[in-house]
Amino acid sequence: MALVEIRDVHKTFGKVEVLKGVSLDVREGEIVTIIGRSGSGKSTLLRCINALESVDSGEIRVEGRHVHAKMPDLKQFRQRVGIVFQAFNLFPHLKVERNITLAPLLTGRIGKSGARALAEDVLTRVGLADKIDAWPEQLSGGQQQRVAIARCLAMAPHLMLFDEVTSALDPELVGEVLKVMEAMAKQGMTMILVTHEMGFARNVANRIVFMHQGRVWEQGPPAKLFANPETPELASFIASAK
Amino acid sequence: MRSFTLIDLVSLFAALRWTVALVVLALAFGAPLALGLALGRISRFSGLRWGMAALIQTIQSVPLLGLLFFFYFGMPVFLGIQVPAIIAVTVAYTLYTAAFLGEIWRGGLDAVKQAQWEAGACLGLSAWQQFRHIIAPQALRLSLPPTVGFLVQLIKGTSLASILGFVELARAGQVVSAATFQPLLTYALVAALYFALCLPLTLWSRSLEARLDGSR
Repeated sequence: MALVEIRDVHKTFGKVEVLKGVSLDVREGEIVTIIGRSGSGKSTLLRCINALESVDSGEIRVEGRHVHAKMPDLKQFRQRVGIVFQAFNLFPHLKVERNITLAPLLTGRIGKSGARALAEDVLTRVGLADKIDAWPEQLSGGQQQRVAIARCLAMAPHLMLFDEVTSALDPELVGEVLKVMEAMAKQGMTMILVTHEMGFARNVANRIVFMHQGRVWEQGPPAKLFANPETPELASFIASAK
Repeated sequence: MRSFTLIDLVSLFAALRWTVALVVLALAFGAPLALGLALGRISRFSGLRWGMAALIQTIQSVPLLGLLFFFYFGMPVFLGIQVPAIIAVTVAYTLYTAAFLGEIWRGGLDAVKQAQWEAGACLGLSAWQQFRHIIAPQALRLSLPPTVGFLVQLIKGTSLASILGFVELARAGQVVSAATFQPLLTYALVAALYFALCLPLTLWSRSLEARLDGSR
């Protein structure tokens, strides 16, 4: 059974139909990269997966449960699905440690005594153990994004969603974030990414999904997709992304 | 006519207690109400948002003097009940405080980016936890200067209660000045007392701002 099952999802913002019947399965441990032009619906699809957006029709199941059915345990569900945003969205009034431990403490995942150790552990995994007492604004963009990833990891998610997480970064800071994501991929985390980083898509992903005009236009393993695109839309996208 | 004596000074200080009492009453009842109004203004229910906005707009548009008159002189006329002056004054200042503080705090809450709510929701926090731990602390920091600005207004605004017979600081100044024919000295003292009341507030807000903003 797939970890994420997306069936014929439609989504409209005002008069614009952003998703026009998207279906997609993601298996456990798979790294799926969604590429496509701006406005193709990739970010919306990602936000639908953890119910940040509602869907108009169709259904999304994660670990077998309907994401958009009335969920009394939406909070518990979200604790198992991490999402990292383009704009980091760290809590600026809290130090790095508290950014990370706030949710685990409030949701009862850990007790007070284990908080510091948990923060140290996840920060080590993103290579920022020395920043535990820093304020978010004292960090570079790349470091902030790594803290945002660590904040998700502290909830021990089963699935990680990445929404253009390197798009707001200076070019020289992109690499450090991608490296952390690559390490997570190697450890077997199921990941769905929306990205413009074609190199990452090519080298790390198991599967590329090309979205165009609100639909899954073409998908397959990166080597095949980049070498032999079947549709002219993907061919032109790859050419323009180079 | 008599000269300005210690008695007069004491009576000014005594009157200061009414000024403080009125402010405390207005805040005790007005601040919780203001929080409710602010939350209503950012609610997801449009009817509630609209209703709160209309309420705030109405109260803000009526002069404070009008509110005082309405609850003291208006109640017997409209409802046939004579309201004790202290009740009328408390209700008027409470509504006045709630409307202005509510709108100030609403602005603070709105100034915190929507993405901060989202980030909390994505970590599995409840709406209340998001508000309490993520949104409110940031909004408080942003709202602090205008909140203290309003408190200073409120302190000075209590002088209007003298119209309904409360001998608070301004009214006591009038009385003392009339009795002693020393208006300059009396009103200078009155001004100094208002200043002494407001200054610590301003200083306190500054230190609080610094403390809430530990990152800078």
